[in-house]
Amino acid sequence: MSMLDRIVGSRRGTEGNGHLVVEAGLITDATQLASGRPTPWQTVQTARNIARPHALDIIGRVFEQFQELHGDRSFRDDPAIIGGIAQLEGRPVIVVGQQKGSSTEENIVRNFGMPYPEGYRKAMRLYRLAQKFHLPLVTLVDTPGAYPGPEAEERGQAEAIASSIQLMTRLAVPVVVVVLGEGGSGGALALGVGDVVLALENATYSVISPEGCAAILWRSASEAERAAVAMKLAGPDLLETGVADALIREPAGGAHTDHDATAAAIKSALVAQLDRLSRVPVADLLSLRYERFRSFGMFVEPDGGAAPAPAQPWWRRILKNPLEKGGL
Amino acid sequence: MRLRNPFGRKTKEFPSHLWTQCPSCGEMLFNKQLERNHRVCQKCGHHFKLGALERIDLLADAKSFSETDADIVSSDPLGFVDSKPYPERIAAAQAKSGHKDAVLTGDAQIAGIPVALAVMDFEFMGGSMGSVVGEKLTRTAERAYADRKPLVIVSASGGARMQEGTIALMQLAKTVAAVARLDEAAIPFISVLTDPTTGGVLASFASLGDIVLAEPGALIGFSGARVTSETIGEKLPKGFQRSEFLLEHGFVDQVVPRTQLKERIAFFLNAFRVAGQDLRWSL
Repeated sequence: MSMLDRIVGSRRGTEGNGHLVVEAGLITDATQLASGRPTPWQTVQTARNIARPHALDIIGRVFEQFQELHGDRSFRDDPAIIGGIAQLEGRPVIVVGQQKGSSTEENIVRNFGMPYPEGYRKAMRLYRLAQKFHLPLVTLVDTPGAYPGPEAEERGQAEAIASSIQLMTRLAVPVVVVVLGEGGSGGALALGVGDVVLALENATYSVISPEGCAAILWRSASEAERAAVAMKLAGPDLLETGVADALIREPAGGAHTDHDATAAAIKSALVAQLDRLSRVPVADLLSLRYERFRSFGMFVEPDGGAAPAPAQPWWRRILKNPLEKGGL
Repeated sequence: MRLRNPFGRKTKEFPSHLWTQCPSCGEMLFNKQLERNHRVCQKCGHHFKLGALERIDLLADAKSFSETDADIVSSDPLGFVDSKPYPERIAAAQAKSGHKDAVLTGDAQIAGIPVALAVMDFEFMGGSMGSVVGEKLTRTAERAYADRKPLVIVSASGGARMQEGTIALMQLAKTVAAVARLDEAAIPFISVLTDPTTGGVLASFASLGDIVLAEPGALIGFSGARVTSETIGEKLPKGFQRSEFLLEHGFVDQVVPRTQLKERIAFFLNAFRVAGQDLRWSL
């Protein structure tokens, strides 16, 4: 993000219409959050609240003329992932999201927002469509995780997720990711590789569900609350680790209390982000996206050790020129 | 009182430092012979797990492997504590396995062809991928990209390292982004899946090889048994996530016995070479 800011910032002077992240009402620093934060476990509960606005609730309020597109052209249409073409303030975009239900019946149809491999393959079809017709891509992440059942294994859940991540890392259009509720593991990341990753204030993003973590490390799913604290999956932690670039403020009491206000906040954030991303050349978008995900990792490397310092990475060489010229 | 048998050891018939029982066919295997057979049962062909060093011996030409990034060690990004603190787990795993983390990376030659090689070791915290594994794999892929030479990764991993939380999850995107660049540049990437390859490793770079090979009988799948039973309340059928199952369903190219692995990799590496060029890829 900072690199993006520097690039966009260098043009802001000449164009004078740049959007600062802060101007869009986003939270970029944990100190901007209200002091009486909910505990991680409360955040997990809020993120899972059945009344929380889900992908279609948001799409209906943020975009105009959403036309849903169905099917992966190979096996079936997975109701846990929805997507299509819509307009954002009159400009066409591709939208893909994981869809949870807002009632038990709907949740059964939607498989509780847990996609099958064909869901990810549908998503990939839409990503390619976005690239082919130069439409920006907006993804809405809200899943407990990819479906872990036997049919999903049979149809290559892991391969579908891996391919989807791969496609997103090289997709030659601006990509904005919004985590609406639960960002559950690889199943979320398959929709989560973007130039900018935003999250709603009470969204979570985790390597495994708290229950799953507890089941493995404490050998009991009932330790989920402890696991939720240990895993640092809530908003402030996501800002701190850089997993989310900024948080979108929710109405007091949570997104489920006011879908319209939540959608309005998401809309202004999306418009601002797509506006600034659309001014970055695609080649730079791709190398910045690479760098964004390349930089995750905390480790210790004793300098002067046997390991030779890596030769200047290719992405730094690419980045250097535009920046040194003071503009793109 | 029992008298000591003056004619050698008879009380303990199969001392474990000399013999190993094959869990598949029950045969008692002489350890030295087992090692010589690359830890494959001579009788039934059961593949025991292989450590990273032994794997490198198996695949790389003699003395061709030079390790890179050997000194990167894990920090504790989250201050994670379950039953014991994460740094203690790391220290225990380092003592147990003799490695700094769950992957060894470097440059090597396979049948004379220079490659960037990464081999994971399940002994180290279940081969889990955290920051160190992600960084070393990414550097290996970037080196393959910069030198235009093929990448070979041998996976053995339970998945992402939970103790590093979302940072570990992001290693999926990081490693995939690195191999995606190889894909674009048409630099070969051969992924070898060994027992076990599951979770975040299978759901990232390991599934993306131009050629995906698996060892016989290896556990390969997306979700671990415990997560499945916690999430959907049912257990996966036995034999459901084995190499042969993936072969049948179209997710690996071949199931290759360990003894043939090197020549098979060499075959594919040779096939992808551009005719008339030397051992380097210059496309």
